[in-house]
Amino acid sequence: MTDYTLETEDDRLEALRRMLTIREFDTKAGHYFADGEIPGFVHLYIGEEAVGVGTCAALDPDDYIASTHRGHGHCIAKGLDPDLMMAELFGKADGYCNGKGGSMHIADIDSGMLGANGIVGAGPPLATGAALSISHQDRDQVALAFLGDGATAQGQVHEAINQASTWDLPAIFLIENNQYGEATPVEKQHNVDQLSDTAQAYDIPGVTVDGMDITAVYEAVQEGRKRAANGDGPTLIEAETYRYHGHYEGDEQNYRTDEELQQWKDRDAIDAFKARLIDRDELSEAEFEEMQAEVEETIADAIEFAHDAELPHPQEAYDDMFSDTVPEIEKFANRARTDGGDSR
Amino acid sequence: MTAQAELDGQETETMTVREAIRQGLREELERDEDVLIMGEDVGAFGGVLEVTGNLYEEFGEEQVRDTPIAEAGYVGAAVGAAATGTRPVAELMFSDFMGVSMEQIMNQMAKMRYMFGGKTEMPVTIRATEGGGMGAASQHSGTVHTWISHFPGLKAVAPGTAAAAKGLTKAAIRSDDPVFVFENKMIYEQKGEVPTDEDYITPIGEASVEREGEDVTVVATQRLVGESLTVADGLSGDVSVEVIDAQSLYPLDTETIVESLRKTGRMVVADESPVSYGTHAEIIARAQEEAFFSLDAPIQRVGTPDTHMPFSTPLEQEVLPDGEGVQNAIEKIV
Ligand SMILES: Cc1ncc(C[n+]2csc(CCOP(=O)(O)OP(=O)(O)O)c2C)c(N)n1
Ligand SMILES: [Mg+2]
Repeated sequence: MTDYTLETEDDRLEALRRMLTIREFDTKAGHYFADGEIPGFVHLYIGEEAVGVGTCAALDPDDYIASTHRGHGHCIAKGLDPDLMMAELFGKADGYCNGKGGSMHIADIDSGMLGANGIVGAGPPLATGAALSISHQDRDQVALAFLGDGATAQGQVHEAINQASTWDLPAIFLIENNQYGEATPVEKQHNVDQLSDTAQAYDIPGVTVDGMDITAVYEAVQEGRKRAANGDGPTLIEAETYRYHGHYEGDEQNYRTDEELQQWKDRDAIDAFKARLIDRDELSEAEFEEMQAEVEETIADAIEFAHDAELPHPQEAYDDMFSDTVPEIEKFANRARTDGGDSR
Repeated sequence: MTAQAELDGQETETMTVREAIRQGLREELERDEDVLIMGEDVGAFGGVLEVTGNLYEEFGEEQVRDTPIAEAGYVGAAVGAAATGTRPVAELMFSDFMGVSMEQIMNQMAKMRYMFGGKTEMPVTIRATEGGGMGAASQHSGTVHTWISHFPGLKAVAPGTAAAAKGLTKAAIRSDDPVFVFENKMIYEQKGEVPTDEDYITPIGEASVEREGEDVTVVATQRLVGESLTVADGLSGDVSVEVIDAQSLYPLDTETIVESLRKTGRMVVADESPVSYGTHAEIIARAQEEAFFSLDAPIQRVGTPDTHMPFSTPLEQEVLPDGEGVQNAIEKIV
């Protein structure tokens, strides 16, 4: 649930809290990944917090988002529970997906989160489909797909935007241009100056905003949402941002310089938003410290929750394939139950 | 269940496979306004192979939608729609185009329920035409249902009769899982008795014994069901042939097949997919696992001999599995 905007002081403080929560969550996720406690891959969102939070603040609570492999920030911005997220990262039965998904597949459809996605560029068609359900049932919602600068080169992204535009569906496509797809800089992947330029191909609005400025992101998504909900079709938004960590944890990052990283850090979105709130007398340095301490406690609790949670029973590997049982899987599950699965 | 028992006591109407599918679609569109048909030229044009016909006129653009020619996009949209409260039925004009949409099928549609720990429904139906026989050449004649049957998280059905064509189409649409309905395009004109009851469905996972026999079991699919029945008629008096329409490929009704094999001791598997590493092999593996000691002869496979479908008629006829192939296989083991 995204039950905050940027309209009131309380909302703005909540937005700042979410940005801090994302940074703390991912800092700790990186830590436990390095430790070996979190298996698989983790792609951290640190540096890009203003994009996820600015976006979700502009959405209504039951709007849908389709996320990416770099999805933790989207989840927290959308209001998912860090306990259940962390438990999922740790592969625990109490995680959002009962340990079947992990970092790249956290989903909570009831909260409007259509899933992180391990396939680059796969989210936009899903958002177009969610927008189709919304439009067909005349529901007061919109569907937004996050996608990376790299993903923007994928064929299915074009297909999804074209279809949503042609059918005037209530969708928004938000490109998180963090300057790289893995190690390849954006100029080596695209021929356009701005990724939002491609909007012309669909005759929809395309805007590029400063992704380090939460208000700029918020206002662009608000516009896009208004247009989508009005039945005028999708908007393509490009938010220029930067990831502070490697593509994945452990990435050597030989493709960029320390100076470049520092230049972006100098424009850090959390620092900027915090300074603005202090300027407006909505926050004091002491209150900020207190907020940061609370966020650290929230994430420490999430880690404790994840540590304490049970691992799934191996037998659960046979659950959730279908809405009903099929004899094939039942047979394998039964064999596993009787002889530990040695014979299939 | 035997085909006759299935139809006993039901009111039926004679119609073609094409009409049976359309009737199934019409009834489901009517029953549930969240059922959405989409695909290339399925609307105003009525479908390239004329299956959707006048459904667009009957139900309008909201329920019967022409999509851009973008299989990844609209199959993906069907997945997103299925996860968010509607019941899409997407058509792939030719199953050969499935490759274009394969990403959304294998990584989204098939995996979402599982990856999300069971927390989503995926009530999506994909209709796809298959099969050679009309000189459509290699890119419009493929039989790819093994891919889908093989891939975990997807259900696959492939009717051989008009009744099953309607019953399975309806079962697919009502299912909360992704179901692929593989329609062999050479049997669209084949006629059969079809129950008119609006709630008639063919349960996914049930085979149908189309003809009872004692000496050999032919497990057939799609066009080869009808051809096997003709062969069985021709052999009657000499060889008593039992013909089973597998109907559902995944899940597969192993029990009905094995029960028949226990009775006859001999089996031929006839399916148009390429022979190696496929549907035939899976049926045979299950048969020998369950009824090895009932076997009196090696099980035979009838399928496409690992080539693509060539264009020129003599070439296509050379590789297209047919009744003659089924008969040869029967004669080899009886
Ligand atoms: C279809 C596909 N191709 C390649 C990959 C491997 N991969 C994972 S993330 C990534 C880079 C994506 O870049 P971008 O879309 O800019 O997102 P970012 O990681 O920068 O957030 C790649 C190539 C993948 N997961 N899926
Ligand atoms: Mg990127």
